[in-house]
This record gives sequence, C-alpha cells and structure tokens, in this order.
Amino acid sequence: MLGLMLLADSRLPSGGHGHSGGVEALVDRGLLRTTDDLALFLAGRVRTGGQVPAVAAAAACVLAVTPDPRWGRWDGAVGARMPSAAQRAASCAQGAALLRTVALAWPGPAIDALRALPRVHHPLVLGVAAAAAGATPQQAAGLALHHLVGGACTAAVRLLGLDPLRVAAVAAAAGRDAEPVAAQAAIAAATAVAADDPTLLPTSGSPLTDVLAELHRRSEATLFAS
Amino acid sequence: MLRDDLITSPVGALRVGIGGPVGGGKTALVAALCRALRDELSLAVVTNDIYTEEDAEFLRRHGVLPDERIRAVRTGCCPHTAIRDDITANLGAVEELVALHDPDLVLVESGGDNLTATFSYGLVHAQIFVLDVAGGDKVPRKGGPGVTRADLLVINKIDLAPLVGADLEVMARDAERVREGRPTVLVSLREQPDAAPIVEWVAGLLAAHRT
Repeated sequence: MLGLMLLADSRLPSGGHGHSGGVEALVDRGLLRTTDDLALFLAGRVRTGGQVPAVAAAAACVLAVTPDPRWGRWDGAVGARMPSAAQRAASCAQGAALLRTVALAWPGPAIDALRALPRVHHPLVLGVAAAAAGATPQQAAGLALHHLVGGACTAAVRLLGLDPLRVAAVAAAAGRDAEPVAAQAAIAAATAVAADDPTLLPTSGSPLTDVLAELHRRSEATLFAS
Repeated sequence: MLRDDLITSPVGALRVGIGGPVGGGKTALVAALCRALRDELSLAVVTNDIYTEEDAEFLRRHGVLPDERIRAVRTGCCPHTAIRDDITANLGAVEELVALHDPDLVLVESGGDNLTATFSYGLVHAQIFVLDVAGGDKVPRKGGPGVTRADLLVINKIDLAPLVGADLEVMARDAERVREGRPTVLVSLREQPDAAPIVEWVAGLLAAHRT
C-alpha cells in the first residue's frame, strides 16, 4: 500500500510539476477563473478525456504481468486517442520522467520492456509502476485520475491564487466522482487485455482541451509545458 | 569539489548549475562562459527561466550559441523544484543535448529564485550561485543554502557598490565566514565581460572531471 501512496505523492520526482493538465491554456484565455470553474472543468475531464489514461493505466497494470504484451501496440493505441500532438508530447515527456524514477525504485522486466521503447505514454508507465508497487488495476486507474485532478488543482492555485484549502475540497469531490470511473476503467481494461486488442481502449475525449493544447504549445508566454 | 551523485550518464559532459536571485547576472554569466569557452569546447545550455523563453532568446540574440544547443525547460512556477526536488525535466533536456551534440560542458541555468534554492547533485556536478551587490551587503551574512553551499559564490555588479552603499569588504568577509573555505569571486560582469576568474574556475572543474 505504501508503494501506491508513493506513486500518488506529487513529491515523487516525475516531472508533473511542469504540467497543468490544460489549466494554464484555459486560464490564459479567461475560460477558467474561479474555484467553481475548476470544479466544473474537473467533473468534465474525469468523465471524458480522463477515461483514456485511466483505462490505459489499468491495462498496463495487467500487461505488466502478461508475457510479451507487445507494448508498442498499446502505446500506439494510447497515442491515437490523443488528437493533439502537443498532448502526445506532454504525455511522452511525463512518461519518460516517471520511467526514469520508477526504473530505480521498482526495477523489473516490465519496466525494462518500457525502457526499450523509443518513447512511452505516461499512463502506461504509471500502470506498470503500480503493478510493481503491488497495486491493483483499479488502483492504477485511480492513480491516473488522481494525477489528472492533482496536476490541474496545483496549477490553478499557482496561476490564479485560488484558496488552496477550497481547492483541496474540489479535489476531494473530483476524487469521489472518479471512483466509479476507475472501477469501470478496470473492467474495460480487463476486456481489452483478455482480447489482446488495444483498439478496445475507450475513445472519449475533450475537444476544447485538445484545441487549447495546440494553442498553448504555440504560445510564448507560458509557465507550464502543457 | 566535484560531486558524483549523477544517476544517469556517469561519464561525459561536465554539468554546471548556475543559480541565484532574479537579476543577479546568471544569464550574463552563462553568456560570458559561452563566449570564453565556445572556441575550445563543445557547449550546451539548459535554461529554466519563465516567460517567452527569455534567457534562451538573450543567448541567441548575442550569438553566444546556435539555437540547437539551447533548451528551455518550463518549471510550472517552481524554479527550485525543477533543479532540486524533481529534476526529471532538466535531466531529459540535458540528455537530449548530450545525445545530439556530445558536449564537453552543459550549463544549467535556474530561473531566478531565493537564497535557499540549490541544485541537486543528481542534476549537476557543481554549482555556481550568483548574487549582486545591489541586493544589499547583508546577503552573504544571511546565508541560506545557495550562499553557504554553492561550490562557487559569485558576487556580481561590484561597480554598483558605491551607488547602493554596499561594503564589498563586509560582503567578502561574511562570505568567507559562512562558506567554510569554499571560494567566492567578486566581479563586475559588465566591466569584465570575459569573466576571467570564473572561466578559470570552470576550467579547473573540467580538468578534474576528465581525470
């Protein structure tokens, strides 16, 4: 359990502090101004675009103990569900950062297999690390959603000066919303892995977030990489 | 003086961190080191400053290094996190530059921060902390990890001392006391743009790194 907690802890070096999960792009355009806006944003993200990393992490948690899972296919399927090249780059940058840390913390063959790839998306690393730390696929899905929520909340506090205590309450509410999403993600992941078919990963998305991610990458005056 | 805690790329480029408060002269020092060393060494720079990649622009504008040898890392409003607590983004940038250019020396410039900001020795082999006299002559006495533990302390803009009422002797004496024998250089990078004493110190590091 403590391994899972370490993976959920933002103090674990994994590059997350440089990413806002799309919040900075919204803040810069006046589309997210208040704690209530943040709560609405998270409620949407958790139920839509958040499904992809949640199911991918849960699948990776199962694949970590599957012989020869052919990771490249799964990584390709995750990338195909991120229409924005900027988001794919941000996901791979965070994947590389986390992989660097977990390779030291939980070394093993599944981690080595991911390191052999030219690049790997963040939720797959998270799922393999979760497996290595003794977590379940559902917990791995929860981790992916927890980081989505936590990254957005931290960025909103830094960029808008929101009350961090009220934002913590928003994060707790988003976490309650995320519980059933994580449970469903574990089921969807089990189905996809049993069929050995990465195309069964969910395809839900957040088009505005995708478009803003592209605009953010082209913007000069940004504090967060994504 | 050289630390060997680096968890990746144990051999290869010497990595030197340059930290310090906003406006002290970190970018000017990076530019000076590049101008002094670029003809004899292969160099690369990672900059962590916020907004418009301004430090990288400064280096480009002054023709100090070609674009492809400079990387800007965004730190999510937390420059000290990126050089100390979570160095992964900077490690990624350093390794990218090493893979592309096989440099002898990589300078990692922190975004401007406070007196407590220091580099992790997982990211750099050695670090320079840059202060300026306009921040007040009591700063070395206040200490803080940046001042006390940096491998080299640079006190910049000594030409401004009479204008801001700073006593250089006090600064040098306090620095020596709190730094327990680690070196300190007092300089005006504006009046001495070749940064000779600092270049000499870095050259010493390079020699030690290669043996």
